[in-house]
Amino acid sequence: MLDKSTAKGVFINGILNENPTFRLVLGTCPTLAVTTSAMNGIGMGIAATFVLVGSNAVISLLRNFIPDKVRIPAFIVIICAFVTMIQLLMQAFVPSLYESLGMFIPLIVVNCIILARAEAFASKNTVFLSAVDGVGMGLGFTLAITIMGCIRELFGNGTIFGFNVFGQGYDPMLIMILAPGGFIVFGLMLGIVNALTNRKQKSGKEDAV
Amino acid sequence: MKLYISTPPHIRTNKDTKRIMLDVIIALLPTTLAGIYFFGYRAAIVLAVACVTAVLAEFIWQKLAHQPVRTGDLSALVTGLILGLNLPPTAPWWLACIGSIIAIILVKQLFGGIGHNFMNPAMAARGVLIVSWPALMTAYTLPSVFPALDAVTSATILSDAQVAANYTYMDMFLGNIPGSIGEVSKAAILLGLLYMLIRGVVSWRIPVVFMGVFAALSAIFTGDALSACLTGGVLFGAVFMATDYTTSPMSRLGQFIYAAGCGLMVALIRNFGAYPEGVTFAILLMNIVTPLLDKYIKPRIYGTKGAKKNA
Amino acid sequence: MTVNVFIFMVTCIFTNNFIFSRFLGCCPFLGVSSKVNTSIGMGMAVTFVMAVASLFTWAVYNLVLVPLHIEYMNTIAFILIIASLVQFVEMFIKKSSPSLYKSLGIYLPLITTNCAVLGVTILNMNNNYGLLQSVLNGVFGALGFMLAIVLMAGVRERLETSNIPKCMKGFPISLVTAGLMSVAFMGFSGFGA
Repeated sequence: MLDKSTAKGVFINGILNENPTFRLVLGTCPTLAVTTSAMNGIGMGIAATFVLVGSNAVISLLRNFIPDKVRIPAFIVIICAFVTMIQLLMQAFVPSLYESLGMFIPLIVVNCIILARAEAFASKNTVFLSAVDGVGMGLGFTLAITIMGCIRELFGNGTIFGFNVFGQGYDPMLIMILAPGGFIVFGLMLGIVNALTNRKQKSGKEDAV
Repeated sequence: MKLYISTPPHIRTNKDTKRIMLDVIIALLPTTLAGIYFFGYRAAIVLAVACVTAVLAEFIWQKLAHQPVRTGDLSALVTGLILGLNLPPTAPWWLACIGSIIAIILVKQLFGGIGHNFMNPAMAARGVLIVSWPALMTAYTLPSVFPALDAVTSATILSDAQVAANYTYMDMFLGNIPGSIGEVSKAAILLGLLYMLIRGVVSWRIPVVFMGVFAALSAIFTGDALSACLTGGVLFGAVFMATDYTTSPMSRLGQFIYAAGCGLMVALIRNFGAYPEGVTFAILLMNIVTPLLDKYIKPRIYGTKGAKKNA
Repeated sequence: MTVNVFIFMVTCIFTNNFIFSRFLGCCPFLGVSSKVNTSIGMGMAVTFVMAVASLFTWAVYNLVLVPLHIEYMNTIAFILIIASLVQFVEMFIKKSSPSLYKSLGIYLPLITTNCAVLGVTILNMNNNYGLLQSVLNGVFGALGFMLAIVLMAGVRERLETSNIPKCMKGFPISLVTAGLMSVAFMGFSGFGA
């Protein structure tokens, strides 16, 4: 069992036990929409991580000052500030990535992962732990959507991060980088993660006996 | 005693799945043979690969999932055969393989096996294939029993309009035109329909309404309803795919709406959509609507006709 | 004019369906689609909010943000408009129609974080839509969302009795279902082009 009061426990929790994409199934829209290539996945993940760490830290810092009744609008405004920051930064430094992620950068505001962490973790914990939680959750999200991006790019285009894997003779399975492929790959990956977790829990129980 | 809970339709006769599937296979024989006659050994290979893969996929899945193996009910064979008949004769073997695996595993078994799939497995698989490899799926060649060696590379993509301009109605009716293996010979398909009607496997309702609505709309859009009906896979779809028990509505009114919707969608996609043929998508779209049709239009129980509410 | 509106409607509802083609509003699509009746309620609430949000955000963007040259504030302005709009709608329905409030009540706050709503306002801005086109985009986009969620609920009600493999139950099978439905919606590609 992970100790959720230590930084290490919080960090690993976000990547494995409570992986926002595969275990909590939050933030499905960007997971489905931007994973047409591995690069898009990593770009989206890093942008979301930036917002997550920033908003978690600030919300935790202000947790004793924000009145309970208006906390959700307050959280949204804080999140929005960080989203606008990353939006302008990406527009300036990685315009091509910004272009391909399109409207899903501003839509990070309504990504349920971020609001959920603000509500469930940052509003109750110290600044340091909240920031670590942001990093853990963010990396968990990045890892998950990068893996999905790799799979979809590999079958749908024959490449990973733009490098040709299958060679010239491969006839790409176009559907993988179209809308249906997103849903189906995500569904099957969730199924596989569930099957692995069930097996692990089963063997864990047997060990305990 | 084991009790099976299954989604409707519960077939209220003594026919079991195997008997029905056998009838469907017999009904498919004329068009299968016609396809092999017109396209030669390549068509036979495609069909064989599709059938074998489908049955193997079902067998392996049921073994791995520790389920009773039910490949003996022939439903996987029917799915494989229908999928194969929906491929062009030039299809590479792996295309048939992938299609059958998608049909059996993704569309059928993941949803709980026979009777639980909400889409026709062969149709859904063909949809995936046509979206993934549009060029390979429409690489139709001219009918020839002994194709030249370079036939695959010189394959011409023919639209329905081109077919209609270059062939006589008789060619289209008999099947001497380019197209998918099973869809070319309308005569053979009608023979199969006749057999299924006589055996009581399907009712006339879905195929007739489907084709009727499609013909009427084609007459409006193109002016030539006959060649619209005789080209492409619309007749094959109306007879063999739209009539699938599991994925079509139970009530009569529901079946009318479903079949009319299919006809409408095929006509719209053919004339306004990006894909040359809309039968696959039309049937898939109406498959999605079927649960709602079944929810809001309940079949009347026999004997309640005219029963009035006793207030 | 009428023909253009019709083509725009077909494109918004079918070809560029919010769920099956744009991936906007997937959370409520997966979360509130287990029953047909609740999904209809959700769809109607979203339709109303999207239409009004399109109107207000168009006005604020073109009449306030652009003249002041603070277009980069669009995200924060839009989300505040949507949040207060949802709050207002909630209060209004609560006062005027308690029965409707009862059936929609729990879904109303969720609409703020429905990315279809913020999404449609950003789409309107990016495409430089006029006032009428923005509102129509909101209404038709929402109707497409409603169509998707109601069809999904119909299929899911049917799947309830199915013997789905344990690890696929819940989200995984819903996603595969949505994927197959999205294959069917590919048939609409090219419509209105």
